[in-house]
Amino acid sequence: MRPSIVLLIAVGVLFAAGTTLLLERTLTRVLLGVMLLGNGANLLVLASAEPGAPPIVGTADTAAMTDPLPQAMILTAIVITLGMTAFLLAVAYRSWRLSGHDEVQDDAEDRRVRELAERDEGSDAEELDADDLDAETIEEVRR
Amino acid sequence: MTWLVPLPVMMPLLGAAATLLMFRRPRVQRVISVSVLTATLAVSALLLVLSADGPLVVAVGGWPVPLGIVLVADQLATLMLVVSAAVTLCVLLYSIGQGGADGDEEHPLSVFHPTYLIMTAGVTNAFLSGDLFNLYVGFEILLAASYVLITLGGTETRIRAGTTYVVVSLLSSVIFLSGIGLVYASTGTLNMAQLVERLDALPDGTRMVLQGMLLLAFGIKAAIFPLSAWLPDSYPTAPAPVTAVFAGLLTKVGVYAIIRTETLLFPGGRVSDLLMVAALSTMLVGILGAVAQSDIKRLLSFTLVSHIGYLLFGVGLASRAGIAAAVFYTLHHIVVQTTLFLVTGLIERRGGSTALDRLGGLARAAPVLAVLFFLPALNLAGIPPFSGFLGKLGLIQAGVADGGVLAWMLVAGSAITSLLTLYALARVWNLAFWRGGADSPPAAPLKSPRLMVTPTAALVIAGAALTLAAGPLYALSDNVAGDLLARTPYVEAVLP
Repeated sequence: MRPSIVLLIAVGVLFAAGTTLLLERTLTRVLLGVMLLGNGANLLVLASAEPGAPPIVGTADTAAMTDPLPQAMILTAIVITLGMTAFLLAVAYRSWRLSGHDEVQDDAEDRRVRELAERDEGSDAEELDADDLDAETIEEVRR
Repeated sequence: MTWLVPLPVMMPLLGAAATLLMFRRPRVQRVISVSVLTATLAVSALLLVLSADGPLVVAVGGWPVPLGIVLVADQLATLMLVVSAAVTLCVLLYSIGQGGADGDEEHPLSVFHPTYLIMTAGVTNAFLSGDLFNLYVGFEILLAASYVLITLGGTETRIRAGTTYVVVSLLSSVIFLSGIGLVYASTGTLNMAQLVERLDALPDGTRMVLQGMLLLAFGIKAAIFPLSAWLPDSYPTAPAPVTAVFAGLLTKVGVYAIIRTETLLFPGGRVSDLLMVAALSTMLVGILGAVAQSDIKRLLSFTLVSHIGYLLFGVGLASRAGIAAAVFYTLHHIVVQTTLFLVTGLIERRGGSTALDRLGGLARAAPVLAVLFFLPALNLAGIPPFSGFLGKLGLIQAGVADGGVLAWMLVAGSAITSLLTLYALARVWNLAFWRGGADSPPAAPLKSPRLMVTPTAALVIAGAALTLAAGPLYALSDNVAGDLLARTPYVEAVLP
């Protein structure tokens, strides 16, 4: 079987663009990324069958028909992608309703652990200047 | 008796439809879902008995076998079915108890029961599937339901945690689908039994690409390091019963798919070494993460990641003893990890929090709760005579029998992980249960009704009973491993 190069290039472009968008922080862009990736995967499945006449009984010789199985699989995959897209859209909307934007925040617990680590590093790695320390304590007392 | 095979998928799906129609009648919903899951458990147990004589095969819709979808109930699938049905039933009862206690009789989330049943159907479909694309559909069913469950209620923290989970899962689904496309392009079939011979005929490089794609997709779902970062980030925010069933079952579906890929589709080869390295790093990174946590739910999520490493260790060995131990350990881990998360839910109700610095003195205040935590904690850490010890012993014996450098490193790694698990859980025990009082006064405890405690206790007892039944169960796992490695029983049952 010789897959069509145009189809494969399209798959590559869709995957590349989808991956780039998936790495964004905004949920709507992530959603676009997921859609592009899903379509890329669908095209890849389509490319797994030899091109030929439409697989409808009676319209062409069975030997000249293309394999209908990948198309059946793509139909299933399209329905699944549709559902997931709707769900992600709802999540993005909910996030916007709750926080006024749809950017994905860092995990609170992760942030806490990172802060602890940074504080730890500061006390170990740098020897505090006596003057600095005094200035800091004074400021703290003032507060 | 093959007509029984589709029932574990069909019954929860029909039950989901029925509970969705009854969304205004929470009591009817509860009756339907409990009876559906009880029936699923009964059918699964029957299938386990029947599959002893060889796999049961059903061609769905009567399509000729390599063309249509087949459901295959071999001993591995039925064993997983029985354990998962038992666990989902217990968690359902627990969640009903929790709903009743929190007084949401008037305003229950009507979507919970249908979604929960759909997730069960997805899990059973993934176990029974004899076709790669149907396996993908099974995964999608359970994932779609899990997206709803993890964002249940739509609060800000759940939406945030759910986003990570959903996006990562969607990525793994795309990888899986692309893998399926490539498998179909190179072999012209997706029937697993037919794939066995056609994949063997492919050149090594092609096989490696296909195997890599599938393992990558399943690895994300099973939370194997370095593909595991999403799990401790997203699981802890969900409601206790949801986290429990996710921790027990969803990652194990990924492991099940890896076992199938590694034994049936791509046996042998150099990827086993890669799996062993991944197993070692999953164990160590996971458990070091657990040691650093100060919240019980997050700590347990990290031990979950870490113990996936044990399962992978057995699969990576690719010997009969290794796979037998991995299968036994999977069964043990489903029960014990679910129990621990359910107990954590009870701790949260009693102490008002799951943060270790806000808990204390629970051993005196709630002795039953202390026992319920203590037994599965020892079981997970692998203290003899619990099943966790037996599973780890089996893995270590299989590793020693293998004798390679990697196998020895994994033997050492699993001993260290076991000790560190004990350390992490002993910390929870000391801080939450053993010491006098909390650093800050706890909130007023919520009631824990009997309907929440009883299923938890049942699972604790089931975990302990795994020790009593270890002889026959281990023999069964060994039998499963023998069939998996031989491959012919599966292939001959599907393509006579």
